[in-house]
Amino acid sequence: MAETHSLQDLRQAAVASKVFVQRDYTSGTICKFQTKFPAELESRIDKQQFEETIQTLNNLYAEAEKLGGRSYLEGCLACLTAYTIFLCMETHYEKVLKKIAKYIQEQNEKIYAPLGLLLTDPIERGLRVVEITIFEDRSIGSR
Amino acid sequence: MKNCEYQQIDPRALRTSTTRTSTNKNVRVRRKWEVFPGNNRFYCDGRIMLARQCGVLPLTIGLIFITSGLFFIFDCPFLVHNLTFFIPVIGGVLFVFVVITLFQTSFIDPGILPRALPDEAADIEKQIDNSGSSTYRPPPRTKEILINDQVVKLKYCFTCKMFRPPRTSHCSLCDNCVERFDHHCPWVGNCVGKRNYRFFYAFIVSLSFLTSFIFGCVITHLTLRSQSMNGIIQAIKESPASVVELVICFFSIWSILGLSGFHTYLVASNLTTNEDIKGSWSSKRGEESGNPYTYNNIFTNCCVVLCGPMPPSLLDRRGFLLPDDAPQIVTSDTELPHFVAKNDTNMCTQGTKELLESMAHSTVIQSTCAPDTPKTTPVPQESLLRTVSITVSPSSKSPSTGCSVCQARCPIDAPCSQRGNKQAALHTHKPMLRVSSPPYSLGHSPIILSDTPDMGFIPLN
Repeated sequence: MAETHSLQDLRQAAVASKVFVQRDYTSGTICKFQTKFPAELESRIDKQQFEETIQTLNNLYAEAEKLGGRSYLEGCLACLTAYTIFLCMETHYEKVLKKIAKYIQEQNEKIYAPLGLLLTDPIERGLRVVEITIFEDRSIGSR
Repeated sequence: MKNCEYQQIDPRALRTSTTRTSTNKNVRVRRKWEVFPGNNRFYCDGRIMLARQCGVLPLTIGLIFITSGLFFIFDCPFLVHNLTFFIPVIGGVLFVFVVITLFQTSFIDPGILPRALPDEAADIEKQIDNSGSSTYRPPPRTKEILINDQVVKLKYCFTCKMFRPPRTSHCSLCDNCVERFDHHCPWVGNCVGKRNYRFFYAFIVSLSFLTSFIFGCVITHLTLRSQSMNGIIQAIKESPASVVELVICFFSIWSILGLSGFHTYLVASNLTTNEDIKGSWSSKRGEESGNPYTYNNIFTNCCVVLCGPMPPSLLDRRGFLLPDDAPQIVTSDTELPHFVAKNDTNMCTQGTKELLESMAHSTVIQSTCAPDTPKTTPVPQESLLRTVSITVSPSSKSPSTGCSVCQARCPIDAPCSQRGNKQAALHTHKPMLRVSSPPYSLGHSPIILSDTPDMGFIPLN
């Protein structure tokens, strides 16, 4: 049942609504999303599962923005080369963003698409929100 | 069922952006920078971006090149002959560093936040209006949060249709919300924000070194020459260019050194010019307010601001606009293929009916991500923003663009009237001049910094 509903099947479904998970600024300006479970998803997905996804995302973003020896080294090296090193090298942040994109795709394929949901990578929304598209439950059977 | 054309996001299909270009032979596929709603110019097919009003950037470049050129041509031969060949070497290194950091400050995305999509905007509006009041007076558009035990107010940006993250400000000149907004610098022709602050700081510091170095060398040159020629007048006659350099450097040094000192203070306390000018965290407010972003350690603050991780651009300037979205761009102001001049007064207000229609039609195809371009932005829908604004947005643009500010806190008390010189006058700071204020007062008013020696704020109502 769940296996037959892939991302392709989602094409046929209509968008019922969208849920936006906003940023959580209580720790400052770092990229972190609220883990509060939106009411609209109650009938669709496990609260635990959802929170785990968001928490993993938060951890990944924290890793990207982590201040430590590595980022300082990167910064100093960049300064010494008059920042031209950014033209050839991919920054640590960008590497983590790729990891995040992969993670989201994985989550979509394994967990969210079978439930008729789709996560949008926050980077496509300017890191403002995690957009979750809820599709109509027409072709998808009940869980 | 499986062979229908899809309308929704299919992450696996998103990787192949090449298929899109090959299927649209007749219609030129546009890139997202071409429909960017802010006041920016783009060159090199979206790789380089500037503010639309590039201010006096040509003057800055001209002064740097001319002064350095005169230095290398007229002073260096004498100094190499009489002193050491390291002088042009050091000068050259400094010059290259200055130019590179200047271009990086000017030509990159300062940390612009892309505008919210209609769906997002509607969702936020719903949350704000859930009190159900039907009065004409809009509810207050601020949200208070607690950061490090400090109450911080998040303001709603009417142009970008979102609550601004902390430290973000809307630049009225560029018509964009910029993260960690410092100021809009006319000398570099761009905003200074999260992504280019370190370049800006490196630029002014290296420029201080360069001007001081040239100044010192020219003085040395003239001194040595006058000693060998028995007279300063004779020396000046032999090398008139040196006097030009002397004058330029003399006036620049005051302002540039002052600015570097000021920004060093800001970096050490993890403040932005915007916050400092507005006194957001100053103790004069009478409350227990301190900067919630500081690490309370000068070294840590410096490391974080200057050597922290480099955030990527949130605008996907070079991504492709999907042709499906093209017919949906229904705006009142004509969508120019290139630089879109955004004007607040053109924002039309439509009813919620159209909003719901657009939401239903939104095909949600936002990303054209290829694996090597992780940056995407929902630009195709942004133009819809202008048609679906729920409230009338104010068009209170801040008037004068030419005021200069004297930094009363600047360590060196530089007078204001130093225009026309290299980096002369202090920066024209344009912190949040456009506060999100509708015609009816919300208790906020745009602030313009006046041209008086003592920092005077003229609130406009």
